[in-house]
Formats: sequence, C-alpha cells, structure tokens
Amino acid sequence: MTFMQRLIDFFGKKSSKAKGGGDQAISKQKAGGKMTARERIAALLDDGSFHEYDLFVEHNCQDFGMHEKELAADGVITGSGTIGGRPVCIYAQDFTVAGGSLGFMHARKITKVMDHAMKMGVPIIGINDSGGARIQEGVNSLAGYGEIFYRNTLASGIVPQISVILGPCAGGAVYSPALTDFVFVVDKISKMFITGPEVVKTVLGEEISMEELGGARVQVETAGNAHFFARSEHECFEQIRKLVSYLPDSNRRKAADVEKKEPRPTYKIETLIPGDSKIPFDVRDIVRAIVDDSEFFEVQKQFAPNAIIGFSRIGGETVGIIGNQALVLAGVLDIDASDKIARFIRFCDAFNIPLLTLVDIPGYLPGSDQEHGGVIRHGAKVLYAYSEATVPKITVILRKAYGGGYIAMCSHHLRADFVFAWPTAEIAVMGPEGAANIIFRSEIQGSKNPEETRRQKVKEYTDKFANPYVAASSGYVDAVIAPEETRGYIVHALRLTRDKQESRPARKHGIPPF
Amino acid sequence: MGQDKLGQLALENGVYETRLTRKFEKRRLFERQDPRIIKAVIPGVVAEIHVRKGQTVGQGEVLLTLEAMKMLNRIAAPASGTVKSLRVKTGEKVSKGQVLVELE
Repeated sequence: MTFMQRLIDFFGKKSSKAKGGGDQAISKQKAGGKMTARERIAALLDDGSFHEYDLFVEHNCQDFGMHEKELAADGVITGSGTIGGRPVCIYAQDFTVAGGSLGFMHARKITKVMDHAMKMGVPIIGINDSGGARIQEGVNSLAGYGEIFYRNTLASGIVPQISVILGPCAGGAVYSPALTDFVFVVDKISKMFITGPEVVKTVLGEEISMEELGGARVQVETAGNAHFFARSEHECFEQIRKLVSYLPDSNRRKAADVEKKEPRPTYKIETLIPGDSKIPFDVRDIVRAIVDDSEFFEVQKQFAPNAIIGFSRIGGETVGIIGNQALVLAGVLDIDASDKIARFIRFCDAFNIPLLTLVDIPGYLPGSDQEHGGVIRHGAKVLYAYSEATVPKITVILRKAYGGGYIAMCSHHLRADFVFAWPTAEIAVMGPEGAANIIFRSEIQGSKNPEETRRQKVKEYTDKFANPYVAASSGYVDAVIAPEETRGYIVHALRLTRDKQESRPARKHGIPPF
Repeated sequence: MGQDKLGQLALENGVYETRLTRKFEKRRLFERQDPRIIKAVIPGVVAEIHVRKGQTVGQGEVLLTLEAMKMLNRIAAPASGTVKSLRVKTGEKVSKGQVLVELE
C-alpha cells in the first residue's frame, strides 16, 4: 500500500468504529431522548479537546458465537480532554454497542484511563449507560467490574471521581458510582438499582415501576445515592463543569484561586436572621451574604434538606460550606443529614478545601425510626469526620447550638481553628425549655401556678445561658462578632490558616463508624 | 424535598415551625410485635405444616416450612406455647406479613 492508501484505509477503519452500534441503534438511543456516548463527551468537554484512546480494542470472547461478533470500541469510549482548560480523564459507555454491556476488555479500557487519572493527578469522569455484565463473557465480566471497583477505592481521595448516570446502571454496576465522590442523574434517563422491579415483584410481591424504584428523583431525594439532579443531559453537563471549576485536579494541589468578588448587595446579612430562634429562615441566604458574588453551588440539594452542603469561594478561594437549615425539620441532625455532612467533610479534607460551618442546631431528631435506624452510629460519623479533618476549619454559630449538636458542628473541641458567634447565638447544654424543666422540676411541680413558674424559669434560664457569652467566657468561642463582620473575620481566618499544619497520629487507617 | 408549606415539629425544646420532608412524613411509627402471632417475613408457598391445632410446642420447634426464594425456610416457634390456630393450609400462597400461626 502506498502512503495515501494507508491513510485512506485508516480513516475508513476509524470512521466505521466511530459509528458505534450503527444507525439503527443510534436512532433508538435518540428516540429515548438520549445522546450518544460520543455526543456526550463532546458536549461535556471543552470544544474539540477530546483525545480518544483504545478505539481499536476488541473483545476476546470465544463463547456463544461471540468470536464472529465485532463490537465497536468494545462498547466504551475512553480518553482525555479538558474542562475549563483543565485536563480530565473520561470514559462513556456506548449503549448502542451490545447495550453498553461490560466485558473484560471494555473494563480494561476503563481501568486504563483510571490509572492515567491517578498517575497524572487529574479528575476522572465516568458516563454510565449500560445494561450490565456481558453475560457471554461470564466471570471475566465480573473480573472487569472488580478491577474498576478496586481502582475506585484506590483513587478515592487522590483524584476527584465523578459518575454520570445516563441510562440504566443496575446490579453490581451501581457500585462504581457509589464508590465515587459525586453522582449526577438526569430526570427520566437515569435508573439505578441493585435488583430490578421484576425481581422485587417476584420475591417481595411489591409492585413498583423502574422510575419509582431507582429513578433520578428517588436517587437524589430518598436514597441519597446521587448528588445532582438535572432535567436534561445538557443541564447535567453544565453542573459537572461548574463542580469541576471548584475542585483541585488532585489531592496534591489546592483548588485554583480566582479573582475575589464581594457578595451581592441584595443579601444584607444583618436583616436575614429572625431574633426568635424558633422562627425559620433559609440559611443559604446567610451563605450568599458571606461568599464571593453570593454564589453557592449546592451539593445534594434534595437529600436531607435539613442540612446544607456545597461549594462557594471566599476571597477567591474554594470553601466547603456546611450548615443546619432551620427551614426544614427545624435544622435537626438525623441519619441522612449526618451521612451527608460527614461524607462532604471527608471530601473537602482529602482535597485541601477549607471548611466553613454555619451552626443553628436544635438537636437530633427523636423517634424510633431514627434510633432503630442507627442514628447513634450515623451521627458519630459527623464527629469522626470533623475531628479527623486537618484542613482549615472555621465555625460561625448563628443561633442555636445545643447539646451534642453543638459539639458535633465543628466546635473547638473537635479542633475548629476559629469559632465565631453572633450575639444571637445560644450555646448551651440544652434548649431553655428542656433545661428549665429539668433543673427547676421540683420548684415547678411544687408551685401553685406551675405554668407561670415554668415560664419564669425558662426566662431565667434563657437570660442567663441562652447566649454566646457563657461559652466565650471559657474560650470556646474565639470572638463574638456582629453579623456584618462575618465575612471580614472569615476572609482573615482563611488567610491565617492558609499554611496551617496539623497532623494526626500515624496509623494504617482509622475505623470510622461507616 | 421539603414542601413549601410550614408544618410543626416538636422537639425537646418546644415546637418549631418548619418544613417537613416527605421522607419524614412517611416514616414508620413503632408498632409492638406480638410474639405469639407468627407472620410471613417473605412471600412464598406453604410447603408443609408440622403441627396441629391445640398441640403444645417448645421454643425453636418447627411449625411449618415456607418455600420462598427457592429455599425451604423453617418457621420456628419464638417461644413455647400452644397452637391456638393455623391460618394457612399446605400449598397455600402467602404474602409478606400474612399471619401463619397463632400461639397462646
């Protein structure tokens, strides 16, 4: 062959592979409202930045007539590109090729880009759209999954791992996303479950649709397996690009600083908080009044909304924000909120992102479902995660900080670097009503007018203890500050803690209450 | 997600006006189980009944065999007592939570 012939031959081969499962399968994919794997990569990455590898990889299965079947790129597209100019590794399963089923070589393509990501220190993004294991390949397919899970575990805390569910992701396949840091789902397209509706029906007699069992809404709202919900694939890609902008490439770096901006004047911090600590307000407005350009990128918005987590920038620097949300369930900590907060703390700590905690917590949610569901061990995760974190930790107590909740929400005792409190803060062993009922029980019971005595005693307790000054007198609060001073104090604290050094005793690893 | 309407949540420290989540509203309230009423924990088919009405049984004695998920599950008496009533027959399909045997 001449040079020209070779080139023509190459382009022919390449374009035939790039067609994936062919026109018919592609139109079927589109009829389902889904983009193709290649379109997805192109839409997510910077224009023209995708570099593909392993296009010519072929499966090596000999059984069940598979040796006669050619599967383009073995059903997964892998490579690297850039988002906002920063490199990322990426793979996208191609549902048009054998239903995106995972065979051994398919998995090997994935693990190769995962290895790249870890070695080079760049984020890894996986787009999942697969019917599951390639049954013809038998246990080799399972080996493929196992290799992916193992690498997900090794990569945890080394590079940010992002999973995008754009189709079915069922059975064992769900465990790769579950091991990664952030899971994105799209309404009506994403489906995740361990056992599908048919098995659930046969075994348990439960009638439930795929959407109700493991659709996008269920995953973000009820199960909490997914972190971001979008109405379209395009919206989902915008969310991913935004998330990546807040993160460092790997744990070897800090997230890049951007130009600092003042919060927008619409959020007036001194007017946002109700004086009565039982009146709800949206803690996200406090966040917006503090952070650069009033921009708060919320994570797990729909799950356990009694706590909020997310990213912002303060003074140009990425900060992880955690807050109790009085607007929902009075801002109590419960099983779900504890899990949500604890995992977020660990992500931020692993990737050198300082933590800002906004406290307004009345306590833990009472109830048999909570106690029997293990709120003790789930709640313990928050203590563990905060205590172990060595990134800068700054806490602002807005209103209530009662009992165990006060300790858990990044108090000095868990080694917050700075604890600031507003004059509206109420830092006490428990809320005034509960405390008065116990301390003055006999006086209240013995009184001619118990209700009146109770009211008096609650007031007495409130005046004496429901404030920041008792804690400040012991040095548990570093400064009582006016709301409008908050941003200034935080900016300075971040400056001061920038080169913070703190270590923990050497050990193989701790044993968090998983 | 929280609904927009505010509800009330009673905590140790009084009642709070706040949004209630769907998950919270759907939470299951505690029900005390009567150990003398034996229910199917899984749907299946009654393969064999090993006891008669009025029979005295000891703790751990197998009352019936329930075939479910391709397994022959032996349903044992949680405590000793007398069989007050047998609520199912051999070959009968039972659903989850259905009462199988009542002891006294």
